[in-house]
Amino acid sequence: MDVLQEIGSSLRNGEDERVAELTRQAIDAGMPVGEILNDGLIGGMNVVGDLFRRHEIFLPEVLLAARAMQRGIDLLAPLLIEEGIPSAGKVVIGTAQGDLHDIGKNLVGIMLKGAGFEVIDLGNDVPAERFVDAAVEAGAPLIGMSALLTTTMTSMKGVVDLLRERGLAGKIQTIIGGAPVSKEFADEIGADAHGYDAANAVEQVKALLAGA
Amino acid sequence: MHGVMHFSSPAATPDRRTVLSAQGIPDDATVPDRVAALVEEAFEIYSRLVEPAGIQAEISTEEFAAIYRGEGGNAPRTPLAGIFPDARRLALFAVTIGQPVCLEISRLFSDRDPALGYALDTIASAGADSLAEVMARRFETDLAPSSEIAHRVRVLPYSPGYCGWHVSGQGKLFAALRPERVGISLNASYLMQPLKSVSGVLVAADPEVHEFDIDFPFCADCADQACRQRIQSVLFDIGGQ
Repeated sequence: MDVLQEIGSSLRNGEDERVAELTRQAIDAGMPVGEILNDGLIGGMNVVGDLFRRHEIFLPEVLLAARAMQRGIDLLAPLLIEEGIPSAGKVVIGTAQGDLHDIGKNLVGIMLKGAGFEVIDLGNDVPAERFVDAAVEAGAPLIGMSALLTTTMTSMKGVVDLLRERGLAGKIQTIIGGAPVSKEFADEIGADAHGYDAANAVEQVKALLAGA
Repeated sequence: MHGVMHFSSPAATPDRRTVLSAQGIPDDATVPDRVAALVEEAFEIYSRLVEPAGIQAEISTEEFAAIYRGEGGNAPRTPLAGIFPDARRLALFAVTIGQPVCLEISRLFSDRDPALGYALDTIASAGADSLAEVMARRFETDLAPSSEIAHRVRVLPYSPGYCGWHVSGQGKLFAALRPERVGISLNASYLMQPLKSVSGVLVAADPEVHEFDIDFPFCADCADQACRQRIQSVLFDIGGQ
């Protein structure tokens, strides 16, 4: 088993120390940084994501893998910047205005990072202006919003409307999720996609950005 | 019956199976060793940091009717509107597992340990629900001296934000109960802090009073329909006597 395969296998087992050790080993061996990232860490997390989608592993195992991946990313990050290797894309995320329930949003952020995206996490109780301003400032083509309450999910429409007002609809897309949120609600408010869980949100983000 | 209550850590500690289930691990599944170790670590943190407290105030049906109307945001038809007028006794309540656990969850996510943060989050949510149950059982026990009603009466908690009771109902509930005395506050969006808190009304009623059909418009959007299990538990309880 080569070092990249071993990174993937250690990720699958949530072995963070081992992932860090193998990543260091690959760097020291002079392997291209992009290859370590894409074929080792992201490749490994893709396998973990597939296993989760097939219900072969549980969510805590995905999170253990994400923790292990972060150990590898910590070592690669300065080298990625140095070599100008871009992320898979930028995504601004946050919970809808008025909502403090951020566990779902956090899970989506972790999974997006695992898939190689740069995540700009605005936290919870985020007003529409802040979502839009952050996306413009970061040059992010996508805003992800989460809500747990039927009373706060309505504020997601404010973000969609504000993008339209500023002539940014289509240039900056939106994806929404959360327990009370449905595909029908997404269509109703004009959001571009709905993620029914964290893994599905990553698939939807990939599809939206591929079509952009 | 009125006042501030403090609880022992075990009263606010959910069982392992409930927590694993909340993490999507079915009852009959084999729990991977590393997940079991993670959950144990989270339980250890939880028991160290949990500061469970609650407050309760008995209230008349008329007083509760005004609180339930809230800001007028309730669904036109709700189960609780049909239940509380037939209650034998009512009490407002609020419980919390305290702020330290909530801060630790945030810290773990910020420090990029989502696995442990998520495990602690599921324990904390289930812990807050456990406390609400403890309050309900205490209220039930308190009714015992009233022998004419204690025999059949069962207590269930109902909370704003669920089953058509608009979350803005928290405003009047908090004004009447003043849960600030146990460290629970309300923000402008009617959300409680600490986040892992539960508030509402304890309804002491004959078991049949708690029963309702899930034919309300909002039932279609409800992900878990936990009401079924709650209703079954009180009906089975009385049937089994």
